Amino acid sequence: MTAYLLKRLAIAIATLILASMVVFAVLEILPGDPARLMLGLNASAEQVELLRNQMGLNAPLVLRYLNWVGGLLSLDFGRSYTYSVPVIDLVRERMAVSLPLALIALALSTIIAIPVGLYSASRRGRAGDSIAMGAAQLGVAIPNFWFALMLIYLFAVWLRLVPAGGFPGWSAGVWPALKSLLLPAVALALPQAAILARVARSALIEVLNEDYIRTARAKGLPYRAVLWRHALRNAMIPVLTILGLQFAFLLAGTIIIENVFYLPGLGRLVFQAITQRDLIVVESIVMLLVVAVIAVNLVVDISYAIVDPRLRHRQ
Amino acid sequence: MSLLEIENLSLAIGDTPILKGIELSVAPGEVMGLVGESGSGKSMTALTIMQLLPHAARASGRVSFDGIDILAATEDQMCALRGDDIGMVFQEPMTALNPVKTIGEQVAEGIRWHTKASRAEAEDRARKMLDRVGLPEAKFPLSRYPHELSGGQRQRVVIAIACALKPKLLIADEPTTALDVVLQAQILDLLRGLVSENRMGLLLISHDLAVVTEMADRITILRHGEVMESGDTAQTLSAQLHPYTRQLAQASMHVPARAKVHAAGSAKPLLEVEGVTRDYPGRRTSLFKAAPSIRAVDDVSLSLAPGQSVALVGRSGCGKSTLARMILALDKSTLGTIRFRGETITGKSEAELKAARRDMQVVFQDPYGSFDPRQKVAKLVAEPLHVLEKKPTPAERREMVAHALHEVGLGISDMDKYPHEFSGGQRQRLSIARAIITRPKLVVADEPVSALDVSIRAQILDLFAELNQKLGVAYLFITHDLTVARAITDEVLVMHDGKIVERGKTGDVLDHPQSEAAKALVAAAPDLHRAIARRMREQG
Amino acid sequence: MTLHIDIPEETLGSILAKAFRNRSFLIGFAITVLVAAMAVISYVWTPYDVTKLVISDKNLAPSSAHWFGTDHFGRDILSMIMVGARNSIAVALVAVGIGMGIGVPLGAFAAARGGLFDEALMRLNDLVFAFPALLSAIMITAIFGPGAINAIIAIGIFNIPVFARVARAGALAIWPREFILAARAAGKSKTQITIEHVLPNIATMLLVQGTIQFALAILAEAGLSYVGLGAQPPMPSWGRMLFDAQTRMVVAPWMAIFPGMAIVVSVLGLNLLGDGIADILDPKSRRQR
Repeated sequence: MTAYLLKRLAIAIATLILASMVVFAVLEILPGDPARLMLGLNASAEQVELLRNQMGLNAPLVLRYLNWVGGLLSLDFGRSYTYSVPVIDLVRERMAVSLPLALIALALSTIIAIPVGLYSASRRGRAGDSIAMGAAQLGVAIPNFWFALMLIYLFAVWLRLVPAGGFPGWSAGVWPALKSLLLPAVALALPQAAILARVARSALIEVLNEDYIRTARAKGLPYRAVLWRHALRNAMIPVLTILGLQFAFLLAGTIIIENVFYLPGLGRLVFQAITQRDLIVVESIVMLLVVAVIAVNLVVDISYAIVDPRLRHRQ
Repeated sequence: MSLLEIENLSLAIGDTPILKGIELSVAPGEVMGLVGESGSGKSMTALTIMQLLPHAARASGRVSFDGIDILAATEDQMCALRGDDIGMVFQEPMTALNPVKTIGEQVAEGIRWHTKASRAEAEDRARKMLDRVGLPEAKFPLSRYPHELSGGQRQRVVIAIACALKPKLLIADEPTTALDVVLQAQILDLLRGLVSENRMGLLLISHDLAVVTEMADRITILRHGEVMESGDTAQTLSAQLHPYTRQLAQASMHVPARAKVHAAGSAKPLLEVEGVTRDYPGRRTSLFKAAPSIRAVDDVSLSLAPGQSVALVGRSGCGKSTLARMILALDKSTLGTIRFRGETITGKSEAELKAARRDMQVVFQDPYGSFDPRQKVAKLVAEPLHVLEKKPTPAERREMVAHALHEVGLGISDMDKYPHEFSGGQRQRLSIARAIITRPKLVVADEPVSALDVSIRAQILDLFAELNQKLGVAYLFITHDLTVARAITDEVLVMHDGKIVERGKTGDVLDHPQSEAAKALVAAAPDLHRAIARRMREQG
Repeated sequence: MTLHIDIPEETLGSILAKAFRNRSFLIGFAITVLVAAMAVISYVWTPYDVTKLVISDKNLAPSSAHWFGTDHFGRDILSMIMVGARNSIAVALVAVGIGMGIGVPLGAFAAARGGLFDEALMRLNDLVFAFPALLSAIMITAIFGPGAINAIIAIGIFNIPVFARVARAGALAIWPREFILAARAAGKSKTQITIEHVLPNIATMLLVQGTIQFALAILAEAGLSYVGLGAQPPMPSWGRMLFDAQTRMVVAPWMAIFPGMAIVVSVLGLNLLGDGIADILDPKSRRQR
């Protein structure tokens, strides 16, 4: 078990280091002098040079990389060129919107998908299965941002049940804040739930064809008991894989969905930063999301080991 | 009164008839052997009794178990029967257990379900059952997972599950087919013991006439979903009244006619293996210690004369297949040298091996897996021509393929077919055609007949014998089946734990084994002659 | 986890016969052909000229003259959807082509060679997977600026590890087969075996993955164009049309409805096609029906 976990941890760290190098390299090859950008066009060459030294921009490449990584580790991401505030403050503020949104969507998608997959697999070929999988097939094809637009049209423009966008902030109370996250979360979750339901169904059906299911039936367990006790846990492994991948998609999805609903999250921030060429903000957010993706994949790897005893014993 | 009574049972899956008017009965304490070749419907008969058939299957007739009409029983009634009054053991022990549950949970589960016993009580009974099937607590605590057990051990767990509640009827569907002969004998012993202890009825399903003869009081012979013959085992097999019974029995005991027998040492050896060892990296037990290596083949030396036919026998996992792969230069040896036709082949590059490959070919066990399903026969059989010095023209290639096909008893028209258009036996002929197309001096055959039905097996053994005479090709047969060794080899090498422990003339070794390993193999090997003789004594 | 590949044993004739009986395949194939035809026809004919702005016709609701209505510049939505199909198909085709062309050889050879090359490739895969397509698009845009080409590169890069992984897993399942061992005993090199035996036997799963990735690429392109990182105006693209529609939901909802439907239908068609192919060629999935 420990050997497996240590190996996965080592891989995650190696990936993280490589990813940070990629992001740093991108930062390096970008045109434009950050010091010049910060000081504006009227600054003198000496002023720029002074700031460059202060910012450590004249240090050797390796040192600058180490400085940057050191900064990341101590949560010092640098200062935003346009907002003139530490990036970490911006990120912290925006994360309060993006993270809950992604988590609600992930939870929603799982809560919908697993029962549907179970239901479909246990009555495969029958009408209920066909309807559920037809709906899933459609759900997979729907782009979440278009789905979001349709939801806004239906619930905000037409029925006027929820606000069409915007975010009152958590200070306005938990319920109003959650209410404004509800539609975006649904828009994000349903297409993902469709994918997950299909995976859960086919994983279950595959497991139900295994020999050990027949052994369990030969013990006298009814079909339903076999499904719950023997099939579900074995089918979890592919489902977990997809859940891990979906987190990455959800994060990326949040970026777009926040723009549809005018939510002040990381997604909005990153697009504003792109248009204003506030690159330090862009890189920080990219790095942050990459860390999140890698961390979630590590969690998935760990949960594999919990589900599957064979992994615990393998090196 | 019979425990199980099957009358006029017919079964169809979709529009395909599977069983036609089966009659079968099992009395309490009786062992009924159900014999048939693949596709005869023996497994479907078992699944009908358990009512675990595929959805599209429709059964008619009457199946009564202990007074219950099985075909009319509800699913709830069946659940109450399964695992409590009827237990079942399956063929494939490697996949029959749930990989994410401990063996304790899996044995206790049925006990808890049927008796409503507490967890502790059920675990206690599971423990006793595992002890009984030969998995003592010290080495096999309830917390073991299936992947930590070998195939034979897993089959013991499956038997523990099936017998945990002392069922009235046990159905064993090819319970030992996936195991080697020594394990087979142990598992059969265990089943015999459980049957007599609990006065269980046992329906033993097998393709192996010898196994069934050793075990069964009565026998039913099935072919294409119909009962050919049934009756007392001794009587049925000694009289052999039905032609199909006779055919099966003869095929099981078949020995190909071989005129000349080669002896070693007469000529310069064709193949010499000297001190060959193969280590595999083992499982790492600690992060800070290097993984201990597992020695699959340990300091093996042997030699083979031109035209000689030698069997390499041993239990599964003894290293015989690894050795074969090293001889074929498909795997690298850790230590030692292998010389073929006097040239060293160990440590050579693929290009340098080309000459050796011309004279050395291989036949594998699985007639289904050894051909690329996307290529036609002409291309598949011609594949080894690749190593020829002078590339043959397409016309010459077709000529050579046609000739090779002819030699194994197939026609020219077979050249443009795909492998799936052939039966198992025909595919094994294709496999042999591919092996002899370059006119090799040595053919290594890894369990070449163990996946075949007995009647087909006899034909393929004949073909091997014939080609040995005609082409003077030497054979190295890798097998765990002593009847194969006896049928077509001059010499036998017995391998155990990576070492060669005995070598000698086939007849001598099989009749008077010296080493422990050889004795165990010989004692465990099912032998139809012996089994019939014993039955005759017992049943008069 | 091990991958099982059931290699179907049938001829072209029996496959075609099955294809004609498979509903998913037929519907998917029809939709895919329709979308492709729409893009091709748009080169020679569209109901209206999409480059001409007719302000007097702006925000018209669907009618017999404009089936799907007009946008805020008076352009015909149907015509724009037809032209936009070109962009979606072109981006998806090139991106999937990049993914397949680089990923499949990498994956197949990693499986054949094993060892350090394999390990390095898998780690590189992990690295790329750490950057969701949209993130890499954002980075690429940050460097090179927005545009269709950059969208293609971003989606293409993300496709490489997908195909490498599928090809590797498939090849690893084929390599232990006895027919591979027979080919090795016949003296064939690893490269020859990969080309002659491994690739033909994993072609089906690659084809199925290809249709899935094609559908995903259309979705991703629409997403990128929607946030302004993909195709730039005046080139019509489905994602861009949705962006324009967003602020006009109240006055002209058709501006959002129809381009969205175009995306849904194309993606649905491709997914059905992929399901159909898998059904027809892979007996394992057929058994699950």
